Amino acid sequence: MQCLGLEGTAHTVGAGVVRDEPPFVLSNVTRMYRPMEGGIHPRDAANHHAAELLPVIRDALDDADVTPGDIDLVGFSMGPGLGPCLRTVATAARSLALHLDVPLVGVNHCIAHLEIGRALTDAHDPVLLYVSGGNTQVIAFLNGRYRVFGETLDIGIGNCLDKFGRQMDMGFPAGPRIEELARQGSRYLELPYSVKGMDVSFSGILTAALALADDMALPDVCYSLQETCFAMLTEVTERAMAHTAKDEVLLGGGVASNHRLQDMVTTMARARDARCFVPPGDLLVDNGAMIGWTALLMHRAGVSMDVASTKVRQRFRTDEVDVVWRD
Amino acid sequence: MARLIQRGAEAEICRDRWHGRQVVVKRRVPKRYRIPEIDEALRILRTRKEAALLHEARRCGVATPVVYDVDLHDMAITMQFLDGRRVRDVIDGRGSGEQRSLCQSIGSAVGRLHRGGIVHGDLTTSNLILHGDRVYLIDFGLGEKSDGVEQRGVDMHLLMEALTAAHENPRLFGWVMEGYTATYPDADAVRRTVDDIAARGRYVVKP
Repeated sequence: MQCLGLEGTAHTVGAGVVRDEPPFVLSNVTRMYRPMEGGIHPRDAANHHAAELLPVIRDALDDADVTPGDIDLVGFSMGPGLGPCLRTVATAARSLALHLDVPLVGVNHCIAHLEIGRALTDAHDPVLLYVSGGNTQVIAFLNGRYRVFGETLDIGIGNCLDKFGRQMDMGFPAGPRIEELARQGSRYLELPYSVKGMDVSFSGILTAALALADDMALPDVCYSLQETCFAMLTEVTERAMAHTAKDEVLLGGGVASNHRLQDMVTTMARARDARCFVPPGDLLVDNGAMIGWTALLMHRAGVSMDVASTKVRQRFRTDEVDVVWRD
Repeated sequence: MARLIQRGAEAEICRDRWHGRQVVVKRRVPKRYRIPEIDEALRILRTRKEAALLHEARRCGVATPVVYDVDLHDMAITMQFLDGRRVRDVIDGRGSGEQRSLCQSIGSAVGRLHRGGIVHGDLTTSNLILHGDRVYLIDFGLGEKSDGVEQRGVDMHLLMEALTAAHENPRLFGWVMEGYTATYPDADAVRRTVDDIAARGRYVVKP
């Protein structure tokens, strides 16, 4: 069985073809919207997705060496995300499913990050540290649902890094540039460390880092920003692991591409005899394959949606989904 | 002879004997994932604060283990050993009548703590120990002295999340609030703050 997954919650539009047997992911094509200036403009991003969707889908089919007729199921990102982006991609998914006369399944984007990691790494029942521009959550499976054990109380970690980078003229996304500069920094400048139980908060750190950047060396500020934010994230992840007694941790989301964050979580896991898993880079970031894979799991477990029930949900919480495909 | 009984997220808990007493030693071990500048400062701050708050909470009538010794070189607190079980592990196995009275005891203990000007900072069911028929509060490393309604709301919100995320009976937090209201005069304001904080969460659909 083959499923075409479409992603479009924020800046990235993607299509991937997955199959319910190894190697699971047959193709995975993404295009990212980069604003000319400032942050993501939802309408511009949606226009970008509308323009790129057809070529992206065509490339995904070609890469997988399948034809539209080989597709048995269409999955799409139902939320959470930016309304215009979600609606654009959902519209494409509906028309495609109706045209091909195959079932359609809407997927929770956050959960897709976790499921693709479980499929492609040796993780079975991990705590997921999901870190991206908009989302920062610590998620684990308990009593039939993916529960959010900790999350940001204000802005996402990626958003924090991007906003800092924007003020420093680093371009979007700023994470990779901050990581590069941080490697040249060595002096720790004190920043607020904001952990509240299993939750974190980044807005105060962002303000303090911007103030430091006025008269301190930028590499040192980047170094301190990364060390502080990532230590907080690693700490709340460890708390969730201790609380749920799980011995696997999985990374997901664009910020998880950061090597320093990967190092920290790996070091934390080793110290508690746990294992850390990082999916391949193109599946860490937003992508269609993870959406297709999760749709496939849901479909096999009997989830079916008619077109009328596939309305997108900008505020789609991780713990609302009844995870019928797991025991 | 010290024996490791639990490896928490930030500390190792050992059972030991100390001048003839049964004790636990809570040692905040270095976390190698973070740089020493951050790690040292956090461990000193939390060890010092925890020892002080454990003591002060007792003065407010909240059951906490007795602190015998604080060692800021080793980042270790030696305290009374409680021969009890975590609320997290016992609550699901009880009937709803017993659950209700346990939750009310939790609520009234937190109410007394808040009335005494202390917030806990990490109020999960793992940090509540049922010893005999008393609920003991442990793990004050993220606590602070505070008069603010916001911090009290954060405490209760975290407790609500812990009760809903990890336990089956959806009525538990309501029962906690019954006990809380009985001992904390401004419980209504805290209740509103809890709703406020819940609505601030990302992707929450407002009623």
